[in-house]
Amino acid sequence: MVLNGISAVFNPGQVNMIIGASGTGKSVLLKCIVGLEQPDNGDVLYDQRDFTHASRLDRIEIRREIGMLFQGAALFDSKNVAENVQFPLDILTTMPLDEKLDRVNHVLSRVGLENSNKLMPSELSGGMKKRVGIARALVNNSKYLFCDEPNSGLDPQTSIVIDNLIKELTNEYNTTTVVISHDMNSVMEIGDYIMFLYEGNKVWDGAKEEILGADEKAFNDFVFANNMMRSLKEQM
Amino acid sequence: MVKSIGKYIIFLGTLFTNRESFRTYARLFIDESVKIGTDSIVLIAIVSVFMGAVTTIQSAYNLVSPLIPDYVVALVVRDMVLLELAPTIIGIIFAGKVGSNIAGELGTMRITEQIDALEVMGINSSSYLVLPKVLATLFTFPLLVIFSAFLSLLGGYFAADFTGVITPQDYTFGIQNQLNEFMVIFAMIKAVVFAILISTISSFMGYYTTGGALEVGKASTSAVTNSVIAILAADYLLAQLLAEYLVSF
Repeated sequence: MVLNGISAVFNPGQVNMIIGASGTGKSVLLKCIVGLEQPDNGDVLYDQRDFTHASRLDRIEIRREIGMLFQGAALFDSKNVAENVQFPLDILTTMPLDEKLDRVNHVLSRVGLENSNKLMPSELSGGMKKRVGIARALVNNSKYLFCDEPNSGLDPQTSIVIDNLIKELTNEYNTTTVVISHDMNSVMEIGDYIMFLYEGNKVWDGAKEEILGADEKAFNDFVFANNMMRSLKEQM
Repeated sequence: MVKSIGKYIIFLGTLFTNRESFRTYARLFIDESVKIGTDSIVLIAIVSVFMGAVTTIQSAYNLVSPLIPDYVVALVVRDMVLLELAPTIIGIIFAGKVGSNIAGELGTMRITEQIDALEVMGINSSSYLVLPKVLATLFTFPLLVIFSAFLSLLGGYFAADFTGVITPQDYTFGIQNQLNEFMVIFAMIKAVVFAILISTISSFMGYYTTGGALEVGKASTSAVTNSVIAILAADYLLAQLLAEYLVSF
């Protein structure tokens, strides 16, 4: 059993973070939420709409409101940056071409990639790929944004850029954002609601401000494993 | 193996559910047809010319009886090309070139989560990615078989002329003599069946790749191996089922 008795509510307009050590079931939970895995028990609800047991057509309708940033960005290799970002609009809408191009250019400038339309994914840095991934996830005005370890493989400076971008876009578009991470820097930087998984169980959850005062051992072992967090706690 | 065959049949079913718009498939079909056709045309051309040339020379040196007219060599070459060499040998080459490419492409998309990205967007990834490839292969492979047959016979003509094993006039007479039109139909039936097998098996192997780059390579190899075995099995079955019509047509 990978996950056991997980229950949570993720609210719009905030960055909800699922944290935990490697192998605790974070990615499996995310895959269950977006429908890439089918849970054995339980339900996933999107604004009270049952996703887990929905018909194929109803699931498709809900999925079209979802944007996801994968760990490696999952950009389509055969398409350039603009085509990657435009792809959801091509498939999911009947928008005229000039309107699609306007939307694409707007989101690309929003993520700081104004002059990168013609670049292919192989020509992009890790941070640029993540930004294109975020642009693609939000171009169709997604209500729900899921990010699987958005800082994976990035340097600390670029990580902060990506984190801040996620936070700004969450506030701007009022998306329900769920971020999988094991990076406490990100948690303290942008997290609003935090859920900690340990061996497939939800062991702690709460607001970011409550982290330093938590008394769950497994949670504290994880959170205060690095010097920065230990320093913060000592300053309290 | 039974489990894999079941999974393969279920996979084929998913190609036709929750399809995107016709315009989307039309564009993808054209892209795939151009890619599949242009990818393999040079290799098929080279192989076909030499196939025809070698078959002509070897047939000529085997049919040395004075009771057998020279034009029979060309007749034998024609029948061999139409019945077997063009559809089957070219099918095996096509499986190696295009099949491995399809499996590699889909396998790479799988391990880099591009297929998951399509699914999360609400797109039926198997239908979107695989159906255009299957339709493009169904369209281009029979054309390539016709192209191959033509080039094989042309290769035989040049070989006959160059080596002098039979005269060009005898060769030209032979390839037109006693032509059973059902052979052409038979070749096209084989081409259609092989096209379906190559494209669906290769897509299946690539689509369900798990792991990393090593597994993508294994999927490509398995796609070719399984496609070739399927082609040979189908070749035998079609011969068993349809050979009688060669006589009665």
